[in-house]
Amino acid sequence: MNDSVEELKPQEELSEDMKVLDDLTSSEYKWGFVTDIESETAAKGLNEDVIRMISSKKNEPEWMTEWRLKAFRYWKKMEEPKWPNVHYPKIDFQDISYYSAPKKKPVLNSLDEVDPELLRTFEKLGIPLEEQKLLSGVAVDAVFDSVSVATTFKETLNEKGIIFCSISEALKEHPELIKKYLGSVVPYTDNFYAALNAAVFSDGSFVFIPKGVRCPMELSTYFRINSQETGQFERTLIIAEDDSYVSYLEGCTAPIRDTNQLHAAVVELIALENAEIKYSTVQNWYPGDKEGKGGIYNFVTKRGACRGRHSKISWTQVETGSAITWKYPSCILQGDYSVGEFYSVAVTNNYQQADTGTKMIHIGRNTKSTIVSKGISAGKSNNSYRGLVRIGKNAEGARNYTQCDSMLMGDRCGAHTFPYIEVENESAKVEHEASTSKIGEDQIFYLNQRGIGTEDAVNMIVNGFCKEVFKELPMEFAVEAQKLLAISLEGSVG
Amino acid sequence: MLSIKNLHANVEGKEILKGIDLEIKPGEVHAIMGPNGSGKSTLANVLTGNKNYEVTDGTIFFDGKNLLDMEIETRAREGMFLAFQYPIEIAGISNATFLKTAVNEMRKYRNMPELTPKEFLDKIKERAKILGLDETLISRYVNVGFSGGEKKRNEIFQMLMLEPKFVLLDETDSGLDIDALRIVSEGVNIYKNATNSFLVITHYQRLLNYIKPDFVHVLYKGKIIKSGGKELALELEEKGYDWIKEEELQTENK
Repeated sequence: MNDSVEELKPQEELSEDMKVLDDLTSSEYKWGFVTDIESETAAKGLNEDVIRMISSKKNEPEWMTEWRLKAFRYWKKMEEPKWPNVHYPKIDFQDISYYSAPKKKPVLNSLDEVDPELLRTFEKLGIPLEEQKLLSGVAVDAVFDSVSVATTFKETLNEKGIIFCSISEALKEHPELIKKYLGSVVPYTDNFYAALNAAVFSDGSFVFIPKGVRCPMELSTYFRINSQETGQFERTLIIAEDDSYVSYLEGCTAPIRDTNQLHAAVVELIALENAEIKYSTVQNWYPGDKEGKGGIYNFVTKRGACRGRHSKISWTQVETGSAITWKYPSCILQGDYSVGEFYSVAVTNNYQQADTGTKMIHIGRNTKSTIVSKGISAGKSNNSYRGLVRIGKNAEGARNYTQCDSMLMGDRCGAHTFPYIEVENESAKVEHEASTSKIGEDQIFYLNQRGIGTEDAVNMIVNGFCKEVFKELPMEFAVEAQKLLAISLEGSVG
Repeated sequence: MLSIKNLHANVEGKEILKGIDLEIKPGEVHAIMGPNGSGKSTLANVLTGNKNYEVTDGTIFFDGKNLLDMEIETRAREGMFLAFQYPIEIAGISNATFLKTAVNEMRKYRNMPELTPKEFLDKIKERAKILGLDETLISRYVNVGFSGGEKKRNEIFQMLMLEPKFVLLDETDSGLDIDALRIVSEGVNIYKNATNSFLVITHYQRLLNYIKPDFVHVLYKGKIIKSGGKELALELEEKGYDWIKEEELQTENK
């Protein structure tokens, strides 16, 4: 165990895998990022002592520590999954530091010190100036007091009995809820990264919507106090009791340049009778540069359980960032008449790789699921849809509709579809539609001929292609997501 | 308005246009006729700037400006409009959104303010009425699920919205029944005035019963081999293209 302040190791000592990470960070140094990190970081490597240290640093109850240790012991026996259609150098899990005390964000004096590339993106996204400062770590003046925004927000929620806080806080304030639900949808035995996350997760969000309450506003990580630094091993747990509703927004369209290369988050959703959870994600982690150097590995396990009758879980995701994305937000449709939905746009450019999709597990009777996946590949990237629809023996009258469309830009990228369908009940109806198209030169010509420039023409065509997914996003998010797509695909045609 | 001199153009390395000379003045309607493969569509694509077509020689001036120096969208913003033979479908984008973007691009180019939603809507309604265009077509995705006639009508509708000064109609009559043909022609005739010019590309004389040309040119093997008034179109209708081909052959042999 070592919880002393550790110096960053010099470049030569970093392993090959982490070199990419180093390139990323050093390129940020160039712009004056992270000059003086005051943080408490554990030595690299993972063992039971490190896990006990993490747990004790967070003042966790004994059962939590034990749970983490069990997860760790299980993880040690597991192998990294090899089946995704993605390629990357082997990760040395002993070369990662698993604990870093909440760092102070590096404070810059003005936006002049921020990477101009980043500012250009902010501008294109139409992010207000004060918000730009907040996101890029510039000291914020009193005009935009995020704390007060969050406070007012919290009061409104409190009145309704809604709990919205960090997992660490929830462990202290509501241990019974955590004990009951944590790991109940994604057990630590689920997969390699879920086990790792369970062992070392740093923090994340906790949401509890009590019976009969309709959450009056969209909950966003952005407004949760102390959460502006997203953790490397995030853990999110959302519980919607009977007859409740919540819409949760994860992420932010602003570009996020985290220095941790590996991200292995776990998200668990639980919807009880008649409850509805809408979970929207915009993922815009650093994708690496144009040559494919650097970028985040985003290996995420997201799953929702529709436990009650007539419950509904809806995942909407817009994935434009990360060097590698590996995630399958899924629904377990346990309650009769429960509904699962998955709407996804995944964009890959340059050397990005994405292997994403969903699993719809129909257990209850008359359960219904809808999958709409739109993959856009440009540059030399690879984009795969992987999905499973399983209709169990007892899922009388279950229905699924799947639509998978891929769009290719240029001729050096790839689009792949891996749909798996398992039906054990013959009353089920499963429909699958798929298409692959190349962005049409004739479409671009047509729009050009009407006075619309090529870049705008491409955006228009791509946005049209993603229409069905964007309409599922909350309004403001949808507008930003459209702009984000434009930025991600900039210069990919023409 | 449009001045084409000694225009040569290639498609995939093969020479299709072999020296075209054509002069179109404001307010004039010209028709280009010719058998299949004579280069009619190539001319339309070269004029609009399609990059699959390579100009190897000659000049084109549009309102005194060198057209060949301009990008496709610049030509469009300068007032050149092509009514496509096969209008393209764009899923997920409504006709209205598409037109609003296009109209405002044109206005921006002319340093005019964007139309307000109300102004745009009024304009769209007014123009749709002229063509008897079903208003639901405006909110539908661009050309998606449109019938052949609806697509062609939509082209003319776009023309009315974008108000170009030079209109190329590329085989607009193909695949149209008589009623649709009449409506489309009416749209063109309403738009025709002393300053707008048209170049009508057609295989058949039929369309020219509705859109009366001032000049008719016969394109054959990449060259204009005969020009005349509208009576030339009737003559072609009556005798076909063979007599011109023979005439041309005789000239060549002399």
